[in-house]
Formats: sequence, C-alpha cells, structure tokens
Amino acid sequence: MTKRKLADSLSSKWMLVCLSFFLLMPLAIGAGLVIKSSGLLSEHTLSSLILSSDWSPSDDQYGFWPFIVSSLWVTIIALIISMPLCLLAAIYLTQFSPSWVLKIMRPVIDILAGIPSVVYGVWGVLIIVPFVGDKVAPFFENESLGYSILAGALVLSVMSVPYILNMLLEVFRQVPVELGEASLSLGATKWETIKHVFIRKGATGILSAYGLGFSKALGETIAVMMVVGNVVQVPESVFDAGYPLPALVANNYGEMMSIPSYESALMFGSLLLFVIILAINIFFRYIIYKSEVI
Amino acid sequence: MTLKRKFEEKFFRVLSALITLVIVYVLANIIWTIIEKGFSSLSWEIISQEPKGGFYMGKGGGILNAIAGSFYLAISATVLAFLVSLPVALFINIYLIKYRRMLVGIRFFLDVLWGIPSIVYGAFAFMLMIALGQKNSLGAGTITVAAMISPIMIRAMDEVLKTIPIGLQEASYALGSTRTETAYKIFFRQALPGFATAVLLAFGRGIGDAASVLFTAGYTDHVPRSFSDPTATLPLAIFFQLGSPIESVQNRAFAAAIVLTIIVLVISISARLLYRGKK
Repeated sequence: MTKRKLADSLSSKWMLVCLSFFLLMPLAIGAGLVIKSSGLLSEHTLSSLILSSDWSPSDDQYGFWPFIVSSLWVTIIALIISMPLCLLAAIYLTQFSPSWVLKIMRPVIDILAGIPSVVYGVWGVLIIVPFVGDKVAPFFENESLGYSILAGALVLSVMSVPYILNMLLEVFRQVPVELGEASLSLGATKWETIKHVFIRKGATGILSAYGLGFSKALGETIAVMMVVGNVVQVPESVFDAGYPLPALVANNYGEMMSIPSYESALMFGSLLLFVIILAINIFFRYIIYKSEVI
Repeated sequence: MTLKRKFEEKFFRVLSALITLVIVYVLANIIWTIIEKGFSSLSWEIISQEPKGGFYMGKGGGILNAIAGSFYLAISATVLAFLVSLPVALFINIYLIKYRRMLVGIRFFLDVLWGIPSIVYGAFAFMLMIALGQKNSLGAGTITVAAMISPIMIRAMDEVLKTIPIGLQEASYALGSTRTETAYKIFFRQALPGFATAVLLAFGRGIGDAASVLFTAGYTDHVPRSFSDPTATLPLAIFFQLGSPIESVQNRAFAAAIVLTIIVLVISISARLLYRGKK
C-alpha cells in the first residue's frame, strides 16, 4: 500500500517538474537572449539598432533595418498572396463542395503541412526562382536573377497555405448552421449568405488565422533563405534580393564565435524575432480564446 | 439585379473551386518536381554509403551519414519528447481537470509555445551549449529538437485525452486506484491509438526541421556512434549540397530531397490512416 502511495507521489512530482519545465522554457529563452544581447544593447541604443541600415560588423556597426524590412516585405507579400486563396478555398470546401472533396483535401493539406521547409526551398530554387527571373521580372520590365523578395514571398505563401487554411476551415465549421439557413430562407443566394453571414460571423477567427499565419511565416527560415538572395540592402522593389532576420541568424552561426559583438548582434536578431512572434501569438490566441468563451 | 446576383454566385462558386484546384496542383507540382529531379540521381550507392574522399567535389560516396543521422536524431528526439510530454498531457487532464481556468491558461500557453520558430530554439540551444562548454553533437541536437516538438506532441496528446469521459476517471478512483494508476493504466491505454498519431506528427516535424539542428547537431561525413558525436542530417545535407556549384553534388541534394520527402510522406499518410482507423 505504501509502495503505491510512494509511486503516486513520485510520479505526481515528476509530472509537475515536466510541466514547470515547459512553463519556464520561454522565460528561459527570453532571459538567455536578453543576457546575450545585452552587450550590444549597452553600446548602442535600441532605436539606432533597429532603425539604422548600416551593417558592417567589422566596424562594429549593427543596423538591423535592412533585415527587418526584408522580413516584413517577404512576409507581408506572402500573406497578401495566400490570404484570399485560403479564404476562397475554405469557403469552397465548407460551403460549396460536396463532402467528398473535403475528405480528399484533408490529406492534401496534411501533406503540404508536413513537407519539410528545406524541400520547399529546393522546389523554390527549381521552379519559383526561374519563374520569377525569366517570366515575372521581364514582364514588368525588370531585371532579376530570380533570387528575390518575390521568390521568397511566393514560396512562403505556399508554405503558409496549410497552416492558415486549416484554421479557416475550423472557423467556418464553428459558424452555426441555423444562421446560414435563416439567411437562405430570406432569399439570399449562397454567396450572399457567405459574404454577409459567414464571413461577418467568423471575422475575428479569420483575422486570427491571418495573424497566426503571419507570425508563422515571419519565423520561417531555411526555405526563404534558399531563394531570397541574402544580400544586405534595403530592398527597393520585390525583384531585389533581400535578407530576412531568420536567414541572418542561420547564415552566420559559423562566424559568430570570432567576434563577441557579432554574436551578441545575432542573438539580438533572435531576440527581436522571438519577441515579435511571441507578442503576435499571444495577441491572436487571446482573441481566439475570447471568441470561444463567448 | 437578379442576373447580377446569379452571376456573382456562379462566379465565386467557380473561382473558389478553381483556387482549391490550384492548391492541389501546387502540391502535385512540388512532389513531381522533387521526384523528377531526385529520381535520376537516386541510386543504391547514394543511399547505402558514407561520403568518400572528394565527395563534395563530386566524387563517390553517398548520403548514408545524413539518412542514418536524421533517423537517429528524430527517433531519439521523439522518444525524449514523449518521455516529458506524456506526464504533462496526463497531468493536465487528470490533476488539473477541476481547475478550468488554469487548464485553459496552460493550453493557451502551449499553443503560444508552438508558435516559436525553430531558429529561435536553435539559437538558444547553441548559446546554452557554448555556455556549458559543449560541442555540436547528436545529443545536443536531440535535446533541441525534443524541446521544439514537445509542445506539438503535448497538444496532440491533450486533444486525445480531452475526449475521455470523466466518468472513467471517477470509476477508477471508486475502485481505489491512485491518480498515477488512473493516469498510466486507464487513460494511457485508452488514448494509445491517438498517441500514435501524436508521436508520428512530432517525428515528422523533427526529421524535417533544419533550422534547429543547424547550430546544434553539427555535420559530419560519418554515421554517429554515440550521442557526443556530431551528426549529419538530411535537411542540412540538402541545404549544403544544393549550395555547391558542382552539378553532381547538387544532384545529390536532389536525391537527399526525394529521400526526405518520401520519409515525410510515409509518416503523414500513416498518421492519417491511424487516425481514421481509430474512428
């Protein structure tokens, strides 16, 4: 009997330890990154780090503006492409299509979600980069090698489809059927019902799906890095090469040990990513949570 | 007016169907591209040998180091993640079941944790590794990947455990079981089929991720023999070799890509079959 009680108390404690570990992990990550980047923060002001575009580690100049701008361009363009696609696909799958189509699409979405980032990168190098370089750029009378913001955004838009689409499907599933039926019985067409009832009713859910998609896309590293060109500059058009934040961190890990302030700078880059993504996640998850409670 | 409304209806019906088709087409295009490129470079030599001298100049050898390394890494990370995720998932659903607010808070928190990109895990783990005086190794990579996939695993297990009726728990207590016995003997067994899906999901995520192992697992031409050896992984093998200007080295990247894609496809299809089998 006492043996059972002992086992119970030991195992309870172990469970608590495991849980506390996960609760403390983000705090530890945040604290560690802050400590590591404090060296950089003590020498430069936060605003000069973020707003300066002078990046020359050998002269101790660390301006993150080119990387921030590149990250934002790539992510925002990717979202602009995938937002309407996901919304219409979700509408089709939940409202218009016969149910077997959704049954086929579920594994398709699963597989898209499961394909590793680096494989998207390979696909991007083989298909998207030549497409941008040979077709899109000349069409807009631009010259581009193909390794560009636009290529990164296109790859990223495909990668974000399964993530956003899954959430949108859930949003539309949760809209009460009666609401739609009421609208239909008043003589609205199916599309009008979707437009005025479903989208309005699901607005917060849709917005949150986009927000979370944005944060997911912002942190995407390898695939984007393989197609975006990685040139330190503030991109002036979508056909220019860019250098997003995650790519900066991933590309330089080898050299970063040689110069301490460089290492500090890369950790500051990670910290920026971490804080932005955490904030977006908390904000939109909270909105979802609120809308589920009500 | 009616004509316009009818037209609008038709237009969006067709448009949304087309877009769904486009998504299917893109997936087909990705898989076809990888298969077409990879298949011609794939050979028994490539998947059964370690790199030989001059490998990265286009000479002989294969990517066995990366294939084995990836499996070692993903399997040990999944096992480790399982060992810490299972207690958490059980704890949430058995001990905290009465505390609704806390439960919601923890689920919320785990979802947020899921959103942290793998590059941040990688950078943090690298920093920790340096601070502790460790080198790139299979062990370090395993811990990093395990930390990254655990939130996914916990939430997936949690979704399964959530569906177990509270009556089962009460019945177990009524018969005199402790909470631990209820957790591991009743709940665990009940949720086992669903757990398999959770584990596969996490495994798939672990084997495909590059950003978290880039800093931590290192890279080597040999199959690792212990946790303190560095290890090659498939995603990094693809990434590094694709960057080479030599065509035959690039082709090996494509061969590695097809291997990785097949592994991930098999995992994601079997996860789905298991999930359906459960229903």
